[in-house]
Amino acid sequence: MTLAALLLGALVAVAAVLIVARPFLREPETKDDRLLPRGELEDRRLALAEERDRALAALKELEFDHRTGKVSDDDYRAALGPLRRAAADALRALEPRAQSGRERVAFPERQ
Amino acid sequence: MPELGRAALVVTLGLVLYAVLAGGWAAARGRRRLALSARNALVAAFCSTLVASLVLWAALWRHDFSFTYVSDHTSRKLPLGYSLAAFWGGQEGSLLLWLLILTGYCALAVWLTGRSARGLVPWVVPVLGLVASFFAFMLVVVSSPFATQLAPADGAGMTPSLQNPYMLAHPPLLYLGYVGLTIPFAFGMGALLSRQTDERWIVATRRWTLSAWAFLGVGQLLGAHWAYTEIGWGGYYAWDPVENAALMPWLAATAFLHSVMIQEKRGMLKVWNMILVALAFCLSIFGTFLTRSGVVNSIHSFSQSPLGSWFLGFIVFIVVATALLIWVRLPLLHARTKLESLASREATFLYNNLLLVAFCLTILWGVMWPILTEAVRGTPSTVSKPYYNFFLHSFGLPLLLLMGIGPLVAWRRASLRALGRTFLVPFGVALAVGVALLAAGAGSSLPGLLAYTFSAFVAASIALEFTRGTRARRSLADESWPGAFASLIARNRRRYGGYVVHAAVLMLAIGVAGSSAYQTVREQKLMPGQSMTIDGRTLTYRGVQQRQASNAQEFRAVVDVSIGGGHVTTLYPGKNVYPVEQQTSNEVSIYHDWRNGGDLFTIADQIDKSGAVYFKVLVKPLVNLIWLAGFIFVGGSLIALWPDAAEQRRLAARYAPEAAVA
Repeated sequence: MTLAALLLGALVAVAAVLIVARPFLREPETKDDRLLPRGELEDRRLALAEERDRALAALKELEFDHRTGKVSDDDYRAALGPLRRAAADALRALEPRAQSGRERVAFPERQ
Repeated sequence: MPELGRAALVVTLGLVLYAVLAGGWAAARGRRRLALSARNALVAAFCSTLVASLVLWAALWRHDFSFTYVSDHTSRKLPLGYSLAAFWGGQEGSLLLWLLILTGYCALAVWLTGRSARGLVPWVVPVLGLVASFFAFMLVVVSSPFATQLAPADGAGMTPSLQNPYMLAHPPLLYLGYVGLTIPFAFGMGALLSRQTDERWIVATRRWTLSAWAFLGVGQLLGAHWAYTEIGWGGYYAWDPVENAALMPWLAATAFLHSVMIQEKRGMLKVWNMILVALAFCLSIFGTFLTRSGVVNSIHSFSQSPLGSWFLGFIVFIVVATALLIWVRLPLLHARTKLESLASREATFLYNNLLLVAFCLTILWGVMWPILTEAVRGTPSTVSKPYYNFFLHSFGLPLLLLMGIGPLVAWRRASLRALGRTFLVPFGVALAVGVALLAAGAGSSLPGLLAYTFSAFVAASIALEFTRGTRARRSLADESWPGAFASLIARNRRRYGGYVVHAAVLMLAIGVAGSSAYQTVREQKLMPGQSMTIDGRTLTYRGVQQRQASNAQEFRAVVDVSIGGGHVTTLYPGKNVYPVEQQTSNEVSIYHDWRNGGDLFTIADQIDKSGAVYFKVLVKPLVNLIWLAGFIFVGGSLIALWPDAAEQRRLAARYAPEAAVA
């Protein structure tokens, strides 16, 4: 039993080594072994995308809350403008052609 | 085959250490293949831990008493289900279950999020590996379930209170919750390490947090029901340190689930969310430290063991490392928006968070008090039920009220006029219920009266949310009422799933208030043929029955219950004598009155040779709402967890690398 157990244990170890070594066995040599670098530009794009989604979701939520009577007409009108501006700014900043160049990706003004 | 179990655990330890070292190096140096290799190590660690677990299960199945663990926790007479459940009935086996779930979660998490959180996962792998390394080290070096001995003829058996069907479900569910909190913690720390403090770590772990929280909640509820039906003292929660140990991370995770929404909606509370995710994780480890160290007296804890100091060291390390990491990364965690008004949805979330965390910390203080007083004065001093009840009332009742207020308040800012309009109906309902309850005599308990009045407010608020939402959907899409209702939930599962969970918490609150504030207790010694009455019910004791079960001798008092002269049911409270374990257990008998949700709960505290029995009888109004709440809780959690295809498409577009500005 002990020998069988040890053999099985060795089998588990070998299988583990194979699983761990798999990326190197599949690509013994590679031209590019770097992890995808995340530059400042990508960070800004992501922040803007989050900003855009947040503003769009807030607009949707405001609309729904207004319909359900949770937000009064006055409150609705007061909140709508800044939210629309925030969404538009984020969308504009994310649009490469309108900005004509990646360096134009910038944060919209805070509401 | 203990050697195979030991070898598999050594392999696991090697793999998770590799995940820490190679994963850390790969993330810091940006090595793609090494990062993948470290990720694979976590997957392989799950496989080798599974092998070790199967070895232990096989030994339990075969009653292989050459395994010390098997002989310590089972016997030949123990039914098979309990023999297999003994896997988590002892210190070493439950640690192995922890590692099995942890490595399983790690493998699944890095596998599932490898695409959506591509940049983050290489940093998450070493954090997960570090936590797994601690548990693997404990199993290999400190507390192995594969210790062997000369096989005795029979084992010591299982503690009688563990011989209950809940033993099959409660511990694994609780562990799924405890261990699940590792995933959001690891992603949070990975986000800090990699400086990627955007929402990606939250998005990647949203379902992990919710499922861990749901498992922890259901696990606790099952544990409460287990205590209620098995321990035989007439209650379901005793503020025991180990019970509190499960409640604390659940409270912290509840706060996190709410505050994370503010980060998603408003980009605020980034630091607070990091603190909360770390707090929830540390409390889950602290819980297992309490259970395993023997520093507190609890019926749930394992015997004294050398594990305590290791756990304490690990907790200190995690707390210091996390605090330092958050401190170093503070500049990346600044909010770019501010709270606009104290009367807004995000403000109510903030109040909810403060109350939840305050409640959690007061429980922590109560749990630590005996440890601290023993360290300072040499003798432990404990805090008891009144301490916890005081804070339950102080924080729990406002929390209950906030559950009704929050959904009625708009995001960002709510005007007084809008608030007045939305609050009108729930306030009116609460007032009417409060007055009616006072007239009905419920004023005998102020906390009970407040709990019911606030519950009415919350119920009206939830009903209003669903009604208004359905009406709005109907007007938008010209659907039927059921169609509009279904599409309302389908289009915003998190929100409406959350409201269903709120309804479950509401039922729980009503059940707890009813069964604690308005319960009736009577104790009486009866001879056969004698009767006692309680709350209009007459209990007549007929005599004692005796039966031999496979692993115990059962004694049952036969009690006829009648109301107004009419026979309602017969109850059989009694005791079981376990000869192998040399222990006796109380076996309660309960009559569930489904018409009013209450229970008639009977305990045969002492059975004399003369045939006299000391009975303890409780009438617990509305207690069954607590268990019913569990089903609604699961339903609400499933609604919130259910994948939303539209949202997934939006998130995929947001995080796809090709979405980068060309």
